[in-house]
Amino acid sequence: MTDPLRPSDHADSASDEVTQPRLGIVGWLRWGWRQLTSMRTALVLLLLLAIAAVPGSLVPQRSADPNGVTQYFTDNPDLAPVLDKLSLFDVYTSPWFSAIYLLLFISLIGCVLPRTKHHWKALRSQPPRTPARLSRLDDHRTRTIAVDAEADADAVAAAAVESAAAQLRRSGYRVARYDGRGSFSVSAERGYLRETGNLLFHGALVGVLIAVGVGGGFTYTGQRVLVEGQAFANSLLDYSSFNPGRFVGGDTLTPYSMTLDKFDVTYVPPGQPGSGQAGDFVAHVTTQAPGGDAQDGEVRVNHPLDVQGDRVYLLGNGYAPTVTIRDADGNEVFHDSVAFLPQDANMTSLGVIKVADGLPEQLGLLGFFYPTMDVLPSGALTSTYGALEYPTLTLRVYEGDLGIDDGTPRSVYTLDPSGMTQIAGGDSGTPAIQLMPGQTEDLPNGLGTITFENEAPAGAVGYEGSVKRFASLSIHRDLAGPWVLAFALLALLGLLAALFVPRRRMWVKATAQGGTVLVEYAGLARGEDPTLAVAVDQLAEKHGGSLPGAAGSAAASARPVGAAADDSAAASTRPVGGAGDDSAAGAAPTTPPQSHPDTGKVD
Amino acid sequence: MPGTDPLLLDEISLLLVWTAVAIYVLAFIAYAIDLARRSDLALKAKDEVVARELVTAGGGGVISSGAGSSASGPSTAKPRYLWARLGTVLTALGFVFHLVATVLRGIAAERVPWSNMYEFAMTGLLLIIAVYLAVLTRYDLRFLGSLMTGLAVLLLGGATLAFHVEVVPLADPLKSVWLVVHVFVASLATALFALAFGLSVVQLIQTRRERKLAEAPVDAEPKRSFLRTVPNADALESLAYRFAIVGFIFWTFTLIAGSIWANDAWGRFWGFDTKEVWTFVIWVLYAGYIHARATRGWRGTRSAWLSIIGFTAVLFNFTIVNVFFKGLHAYSGLTT
Ligand code: HEM
Repeated sequence: MTDPLRPSDHADSASDEVTQPRLGIVGWLRWGWRQLTSMRTALVLLLLLAIAAVPGSLVPQRSADPNGVTQYFTDNPDLAPVLDKLSLFDVYTSPWFSAIYLLLFISLIGCVLPRTKHHWKALRSQPPRTPARLSRLDDHRTRTIAVDAEADADAVAAAAVESAAAQLRRSGYRVARYDGRGSFSVSAERGYLRETGNLLFHGALVGVLIAVGVGGGFTYTGQRVLVEGQAFANSLLDYSSFNPGRFVGGDTLTPYSMTLDKFDVTYVPPGQPGSGQAGDFVAHVTTQAPGGDAQDGEVRVNHPLDVQGDRVYLLGNGYAPTVTIRDADGNEVFHDSVAFLPQDANMTSLGVIKVADGLPEQLGLLGFFYPTMDVLPSGALTSTYGALEYPTLTLRVYEGDLGIDDGTPRSVYTLDPSGMTQIAGGDSGTPAIQLMPGQTEDLPNGLGTITFENEAPAGAVGYEGSVKRFASLSIHRDLAGPWVLAFALLALLGLLAALFVPRRRMWVKATAQGGTVLVEYAGLARGEDPTLAVAVDQLAEKHGGSLPGAAGSAAASARPVGAAADDSAAASTRPVGGAGDDSAAGAAPTTPPQSHPDTGKVD
Repeated sequence: MPGTDPLLLDEISLLLVWTAVAIYVLAFIAYAIDLARRSDLALKAKDEVVARELVTAGGGGVISSGAGSSASGPSTAKPRYLWARLGTVLTALGFVFHLVATVLRGIAAERVPWSNMYEFAMTGLLLIIAVYLAVLTRYDLRFLGSLMTGLAVLLLGGATLAFHVEVVPLADPLKSVWLVVHVFVASLATALFALAFGLSVVQLIQTRRERKLAEAPVDAEPKRSFLRTVPNADALESLAYRFAIVGFIFWTFTLIAGSIWANDAWGRFWGFDTKEVWTFVIWVLYAGYIHARATRGWRGTRSAWLSIIGFTAVLFNFTIVNVFFKGLHAYSGLTT
């Protein structure tokens, strides 16, 4: 009785009773629980999970692609709200998706717990009694040993079984002796690791789920854009956006500071395959913990930087033109390096400059930056290369109310021109301002001047280094990750054991028959076990060869007579000890073989 | 090869790919003729012999190939499938061209040749054919030959037509050992799933035939069919299962390796990006298939359908999802 416990609708389980629930609440509850923890339910829930995951790949998800969702709402104004009601933009946190995987995991736990208990007991129980007729088994070999006249046949038989037991034990079997009624036998079983692996696998899946759920609560991610030369302190105030897990408070952030010294990128030069392609992005940073020494570090794609247990990732990069604006009297009213967001592979970039104070009215400038400017046939400007070959900044100018004084949060990357008058570019009648690094132009209406500063160090060649770069960094603390990985690896280990450790029983039985001893070998697979026949062969061969009388006796191996007609799926035709010696001598008692005797039921 | 022009190398590689495709076409034809002729051969072979072979083959799915057949009885003059043999020889020849082409592409690019759609197809199908040829040394699965070579012709030819690109430097997110591991293991898993798929398809057809046979009157004329030369449905199922579980292990590993890589490249190990969704869906489908094999009433035909659906999802993931779905795996990760 050491078979692993299986839900009643497992393919191997014997009972198929269609149990009607007995009346009463307890009866119904028990029936419901059995349904929930059945193989069929697990299967249906698995398939449902697979189907339910698909829509999330067809419709943009808020978690992965928030801009895509916004776009979807714009493109499908009628459909989008309906889909939103169905949680189709948040599939993986939706009630229906959660219901499926929670039910699945309840079913999983309900299935695994009793099995673990059962397996725990089985681990300490003895292999089952040897079946009365080994010849009924699919894999069965025999061998006869001649016994010297003066020797005791029973003693020879007992010794043969003892050596078989030792051999089996050495190959990792658990063994038990069952002697009696003139025959000696050893019953052996191996492959408990298979069930252990199965339980480990399913248990580890629960571990993954819990690690994701709980660990996620202790995780935070924050984003910050740093222009070359800028520093950042790891506190809530200094992040441009911050997503804390449920259990993260602002005071849990480890204090340190980080300065972006330099951002490097290389471009494949024109004329080479993949020309214009950017790569080898590196943000050179200096980090410093309070009271600690300053340390140099690098943040690269695929190689985040570890700082005080946080990991710093490189999310993006671009140009941050430095612009100075002076009023009509020459007083500086704005001076900053403004991050411009890249719009295409050649780094055509879009940015907004907001001058809130110092001029008669607020000023908004919508700028395009082209690192290598060129003019399209249509007259529009474009960038043809990502590096600074012919850097050009164009600006449309709006005058009026920026809408930032009433406390409404506004993105620094967008300009809302409603309530403003365009005074340069577009239909304003005044051309847009166009500047190269180092150049200064007048603002319209005598408002003052604007300068595109050249940041290149003295002695630089061309425009190299004339415009600063920025790096957009993402800073993470992830407590879930290591746990998830550990559980995932456990699951993988468990899976290997569950799928590849063969689980089988072996018996060796010796019976004294007058002047000879008949030794029988038999094996029975529990579950998928393609190598059983070979294993029985090897057992018989190795054990037979080591027997004292074996040398002289014709080592006969025979299959049960009539086995050729045996339609059982596991019939094997591999002869032991070489083809051709299929002699009937010493053949097992010729009971007509029946298919699949379940020896688990013998005791 | 220092000093060799990568463009030239790639051109040679491309030429070899087309040669390989052409040879695979021939192999496909040979295998197809083999299937057509098998029905005749099988009729000539003694019915009884075939019946016994099927039982033998059922021995835990051990489908004897050559060496083992002596055990199945003295009178088993196995029919010689000349066309199948030709098909295999051609497949192996095509494989050699395919292999050299892939290696050359790698040399031209100075990296592993699996970093864009064209190269995925090239390496993925190389592994599929390699696994098929390797498996042939243990099991006689030549009845799957036309499926395998057909797959190679369609996907390799299609990818070369539609996706061939010049060798360009890798995008930053792809510069990772995890690219090497993740994609390689995923391709191996795909190869095994492909074999399981083929076996499941034949299993379904075989089941139908076996059912008809059982219903037919005892003295009915045996019908012509190549299926008479193919193992019985049970044996096919258990072999399909064995390939699928190895594939499932590889796929699980692909999933884990992909998460580790995603954690380095994108700062989160899992985000339900489109490609991640499909990897997950496939994993769950095959978990379902493995369960189905252990669930009463789902063994046999139903689980075979799950294996077929699973591989359809793999193909879908590789073709449609790669080309048409939007997501981080488009490797445009670093533009904003
Ligand atoms: C998250 C959901 C689940 C997944 C991904 C999953 C996956 C798997 C896999 C891959 C196997 C094959 C490897 C092995 O034998 O260990 C397996 C086997 C098994 N699972 Fe699950 N499972 C899930 C839930 C369940 C549930 C809810 C039950 C209980 C009803 C269950 C019961 C079993 C049993 C009894 C086996 C052994 C099958 C056999 O005898 O071959 N599983 N599962």
